Formats: sequence, C-alpha cells, structure tokens
Amino acid sequence: MDDVSTPPLLEVREATKRFPGVLALDSVRLKLGKGEVVAVIGENGAGKSTLMKILAGIQRLDAGEILLNGESIAIKDVQAALDLGIALIHQELNLSDNLDVGANIFLGREPARLGVIDRRTIDRRSATVLRSIGLDVSPRTIVGTLPIGKQQMIEIAKALSIEAGVLIMDEPTSSLSHHETEALFRVVKDLRDRGVSIIYISHRLSEVNELADRVVVLRDGKNAGELNRDEINHDNMVQLMVGRDVSQFYSRIPHEAGEILLEVKDLVSPAHPRHRVNFSLRCGEIVGVAGLVGAGRTELLETLFGVTPSLGGVIRIDGKIVDFKSPADAIDNGLALVPEDRKLQGLILEMSVGENIGLAGLWHNCHTSGFLNAAKEREDTDEMIRALNIRTPSARQVVQYLSGGNQQKVVLGKWLTLRPRVLLLDEPTRGIDIGAKHEIYQLMEELAKDGVAILFVSSEMEEILGMSDRTLVMHEGRVTGELNREQLSEENVMQLATGGVLTAAT
Amino acid sequence: MKRILGILLLLLAVLVGTAILEPDSFLSAYNLQNLTGWIGLFGILSIGVAFVIITGGIDLSIGSVVGLVGCLLPLFLVEHELSVPVALLSIVLISLAIGLVHGLLITKMRLQPFVVTLCGLLIYRGFSRWLTGDSTQGFGTGFKSLRYLARGKIPVPFVEDFALPIPFLITIGLGIVAAIFLNKTVFGRYLLALGRNEQAARFSGIKTDRMIILAYVICSFMAGLGGILFSLEINGVQPASHGEFYELYAIAAAVLGGCSLRGGEGSITGVIIGAALMRALYNSINLLGMPTELEFAIIGTVILVGVLADELAKRFAETRRARQQARVAASGTRN
Repeated sequence: MDDVSTPPLLEVREATKRFPGVLALDSVRLKLGKGEVVAVIGENGAGKSTLMKILAGIQRLDAGEILLNGESIAIKDVQAALDLGIALIHQELNLSDNLDVGANIFLGREPARLGVIDRRTIDRRSATVLRSIGLDVSPRTIVGTLPIGKQQMIEIAKALSIEAGVLIMDEPTSSLSHHETEALFRVVKDLRDRGVSIIYISHRLSEVNELADRVVVLRDGKNAGELNRDEINHDNMVQLMVGRDVSQFYSRIPHEAGEILLEVKDLVSPAHPRHRVNFSLRCGEIVGVAGLVGAGRTELLETLFGVTPSLGGVIRIDGKIVDFKSPADAIDNGLALVPEDRKLQGLILEMSVGENIGLAGLWHNCHTSGFLNAAKEREDTDEMIRALNIRTPSARQVVQYLSGGNQQKVVLGKWLTLRPRVLLLDEPTRGIDIGAKHEIYQLMEELAKDGVAILFVSSEMEEILGMSDRTLVMHEGRVTGELNREQLSEENVMQLATGGVLTAAT
Repeated sequence: MKRILGILLLLLAVLVGTAILEPDSFLSAYNLQNLTGWIGLFGILSIGVAFVIITGGIDLSIGSVVGLVGCLLPLFLVEHELSVPVALLSIVLISLAIGLVHGLLITKMRLQPFVVTLCGLLIYRGFSRWLTGDSTQGFGTGFKSLRYLARGKIPVPFVEDFALPIPFLITIGLGIVAAIFLNKTVFGRYLLALGRNEQAARFSGIKTDRMIILAYVICSFMAGLGGILFSLEINGVQPASHGEFYELYAIAAAVLGGCSLRGGEGSITGVIIGAALMRALYNSINLLGMPTELEFAIIGTVILVGVLADELAKRFAETRRARQQARVAASGTRN
C-alpha cells in the first residue's frame, strides 16, 4: 500500500477539526487503497465518527487535506461526497420503513419520465444491485417488514447503486444477530474482492481481526498507531486504543464479597415474558452483565428498579420479599439506577448541576415538611462535586453544557447522596472520555469496598473483563450463564452471549 | 427574571401609553378599579393553568368549569336554598373532583391532556345548559355579603377615591402561595423537573403520576374559585356563553408570562403580569376607541410578537454562548 509510484485511492492528510471545548481531530492521517478494508478503531470519543462525517460531507475540516486518486478534493456536503463515490452507512439505519426496497434505494434520485417516477427502471436496477450482494428480496417489499440484518443490506445496496468506490461502515453489526453478522461479512469480503474500498468502524475487535487488511487506531483525536495484517491481534489493538496496559487500566483486586443482599428468583420482565431470571448479588461485589444489544439486560435492570414492574417471580433484599411498583419503591429499599440513556432518563438537561444532584434525595433528606432545605441541598451538591471531581464552573451550571463524563458523574452524584446499598449501572461509561471512565471505575471500586453491591451492564468487553468479580451473560432475555473470575474470558462470554454453551474445558 | 422584565416593560408601555392618550377616562378611579378587578378574576384562572402547563399539559375546560360553577352557585343558593358554606364547599369539592378525573384519565389511562380537557369543555358546558334549561342564573338582590367577595373594595391608605377590588387582593394572595409552592417546596421542584423530562423524573424516584394529577386538581380548583367570583361579579350568568374562551385567555396569559407549552418553565409573577397585560390591552382597545371587533386580532398579534421576541432573544443567547465556548476552546483551556 505504501507504493510510492501510485497514490492511494483516498488519503487524508493532517485533518483537524475543532468543536467548542474539544479538539475532535488533531492532524489525523489515513490512507485507503483500492480494494482494501481498513478498520478504524478507538475508544468512544477518539474521533472516528468525526473523521467519517467529514469524509461523507456531513461536517467540514478546519484544516488539512483530502486526496482522491492523488488529487486534492473538497467535500462540501453529502451530495458532493456521493458524487465522488464516497458513501457512509450510518450506525442507525436511515431507511424509510413505510416505503419499499426499491423506493429506498433510489430515494432522492428517482429516475423519472416527465416528473412521473419510472418504477420499472427502479425495479430493474434495484434487482441487479440486490442480486450482486446475494440478497433475496423483492424491490417491492416494504422495508419495515424486513429483519434488521436485511435492512442493513439494503443500506449497502443503496450505496452500491451509486457505484460508490469508498464505502464507510460505522458499527454495522451493532444491532445484528450472529447469523446476520456472518452474512454481512461475506458481502464485505465479496465487495473487497470486486475492488470496493471499505473503511470499517467497529468496537468489536474480533470482527476487525477477521475483516481488516490494516487497522488505524485513533486516540483522543490523534493517530495512535497502525497495524498491518500480520500484526493485527486483540492485545495489540487494545494496547494502542487505551495507550496503556489493560491490566493497569482496571485495578483487578478481587473483592471480599459479603452477605447476600439482593436475590432474584424466577423474575419475569415484561419485555421477555417467556424467560425467568435467577441470580443473587452480595455486598461489596461487582457483577457484570454481558450480552449483545437486545439481550434484555436493560429490561432486567428496569424491572429490578420498578420502572417496568415484573410479571412474576420474587425479589428479596436481606432475605425479605420486596415488590417495587415504581422507582420510588426501589429507591426506598436502597436501590439506585444509572440508566442507559443519561440524557433521556438520567438528567433534567435544562436544570442545574445542583438541582439534578438534589432531585432524588429531596424527599429523603432535603426538606422540612415539604419546604426545600436550600442549605442542605447546597451542602450535598458541593460534597458530590468535590467527591466525584465534577468539572463544572459552579453548582448552578446547566447540566447540558457539561461534557458526557461530567454529566454521568452528576447522575452518579444524584444517587450517592442517598447512600444506596445496591447500585445498578447501565452502560456507565458509554460515550464518555477515557479520563472520566477511569474515575468511574475507581468509584465503583471504592463503593464496592464500602459494601455496596454493584450490578453493571456493559457492551464493552474490556470493561466486563476488567471490572467484574462475576459475570452474568444474557441472550434473548435469558441468563445463559454465570462466569467467575477463572472462567471469565472473551471467548466464554461470546459463547454464552450468542446462545451457545460453555465447552467442557471449564 | 429577564423574561418577566420584557413583559413587564410591555405592560408598562400599554398602561403609560393609554394614560397619555386618554388620561381622563383611563386614570379615573372607576376605570382603574374595574381594570384591577378583572385582572384579579382572570389572574386566578391563569395561575391555575400555569401549573398544568408547567407539567407539559393543557387544560381547555377552564371556561366551561367557570360556566358550570356560575350556574351551580345560584342554583344551590337561590333555588335549593342551601346555606352559603355548604354551597361553597360543594362547589369546591366538585371542582376538585373535576381536576382529579382529568388527572386520572391523563396519567392512568394515558389519554392526551388536550383530548381529555376538550371533552371536559364540551361536557360541562352541555351539562350547565341542561341543568338550567338555558335560562339566565343570578342572585337577584340577595347575598350582599357573599357578593362582597367579588365586588367589594378595600380603600388604599393615603390614596383618595381609589380602592383595591377584593378579587385583585385574592389573586395576589393566591399568587404568593402559588409562587412559594412552586419555588420553595419539594413538590414545586418535582413539577418543574417532570415538565422538563418526565422519564428522568420518574427514574429519579418522583411519583410523576401523582404530581401530574395534583397539577390538574390545582387547575380545576382555581377555575372553580374563579368561577365563584365571576358569577358573584356578573350576577346574571348565561349558561350557554358564561366563561367561553376564558381558558384561552388564561393559557395566553401563562404563555405571555413565560410558561412554555413544552413544559418545565414558568413563574407565577410572570403569569400574573401576563393576565394583567391581557386585561390592559382590552381596556386600551375600549378607551382608545379602537373597533372592539378587532379585540381578538390585537391581543393575538401582541402575544405572537411577544413569544417571537422571546424566541429570538433565546437564540441570540445560545449563539453568544457557543461563540464564547469556542473562544475559550481556542485559547487553549481544554477540559
């Protein structure tokens, strides 16, 4: 690829992009050869998405240069990118559910005669493209009736129909089943063999391992390193992504687990009424919940917390049966939930840091016969800002102007004022920078040491491997297995998460 | 605070402008007492609806509740000869029950506030007309002491001729209680929080259903209270039209006063100023000899300009904040 005589198909030189408060890209370089699959990996916030948005014309560079076939190009908007043959397939699908496959593939550029859509041409050309990626779907099928995996393929077909030479795929497998993922891989490999160049973004390192010809690692908006085909392996990638030894990043001191605090027996959550969930949680223990997206992990936490009351089964705390009809009941029994979507469920974005931290505890410790105790509230808030190192100009700052990591700390602070005994965390470090991540891990450690029982859901394998004393793995609403520290490995987690069983080796 | 300042200036502009153009009729004690009295009556309704709007809801039934109460009070007192306390208590209970039903339908049945209270608007109006056979209701010449609640005036020390109407004082009193409730109690904080983000409020352990029901109960209670005063003031209630469109006046006053129909925003002071502005406009239109047919058009235009100015001011503040952040970022202090 580093052949001096022929320039790479696509090259990014010294790309720099600044957002208010963040340098999202800092002199980033990227080369992509014809028929090459380059994986771009990095922690959340490393700058992958920004780089891809720039290539796709959604955002523009502040400084730097993009070259196509050795010539400098300007990508001023999405249309310009498409005209140059660069297509981005978003993480979230951008299809119109209510229209059929053909209409989606040609959306916005329908072939027409005298202003009337030429449906026959659409059908003919759609069928050709669909056949080329081995997708057996009629152009007249309504997209909404197709499974997610096939919808993803439609997105690819759409990109191919404009004869894109560069295909950017942003986390394409995040909502696909194992089977669908395999089908996608076959298509990607086939496209590569036909000379299409692909930039593949994924958090799933095993996928990168399987697909990539080369790996470009970004960290904090900078190039952190590159791996050629023969250097690509899990450890090398992780090392470059986090920039330190994984074992160092997570302090793996096993916790002294105490008495059983929370016990769940035959619990039925409304989202997966056919399955019963059993597990227990001890004081001072950190238990991870692993599984693929849609495995029912969030639903389990929400049922435990009384958001969606259970349809059956028993929850015991200290051996006493409890029944939560609302989060208020769960909170009264010492539970706290840091929800998956902090902007939607965790925070009142337009309210201040202080008001958010105070919210859950108002009724418990900040009022005299209904009247707010402003002094106590301020005291609690200041304590949390200090203890959690929340970077904010003051307690009166509106939460929406804080960074993701600091927002998450506000959510945590809200609960810690109540001194919960069971802390439920749903993707606690999603979308936050590496520094804040580290602080949240430390906080989890400290709370566990103080005897808090922690149950955390995570889709990041490193987090599960690094943080849990014990791991529950879920698949389609069931707990398919429980792994102790000795059994805990990426392979075992993936086995159980995809509905398999552990091999005899354990 | 800034939002209130804008509308306060607008109110002063209308008052001063009218006073300059028509000093004799505007500044007469009769006119000022009349104006403050009506501000009081509409202020009560506006404070009530503000609570519902803060939760992100709406109450369209206020005018019909005013109409229903306006029919029931004379019926109870004159026709059925109930004692005054019993009649008033029954009306308060009926208003509370109306709010409770609205709240239950909206939270437990998950019906939309617009639909529930629109049906309320139709039902209470129809019921009032049927109950009275569409005939005018009043107290005749009786119930002087009761009617003092609506028509009475308290002389202001050191000011000759002018006396403050009781409804105005009631509104100020209720406004103070409402403002304390909204800003100084846990429940007020809960209402503001759930108006911004109901899901996050529920996830924080707030019993959002109960709080929303409470807001509708407050709103109907205030509508009932206002209805009592309106009927005492008017003493000749037409079941078919009494209170018509009052919900829209109340909602407009709340919006002018800084409530967002998206919920979570609003101040009681602002709402009372909003109600005052509505009445002041109406008063000016009459005094300045503008065609009264244009009344709605003028009030509508003022509200539109008001909310437009507010939106533009907000955008301006946002851009300025973004620029400032960009400057901070450029100067190299990264967080």
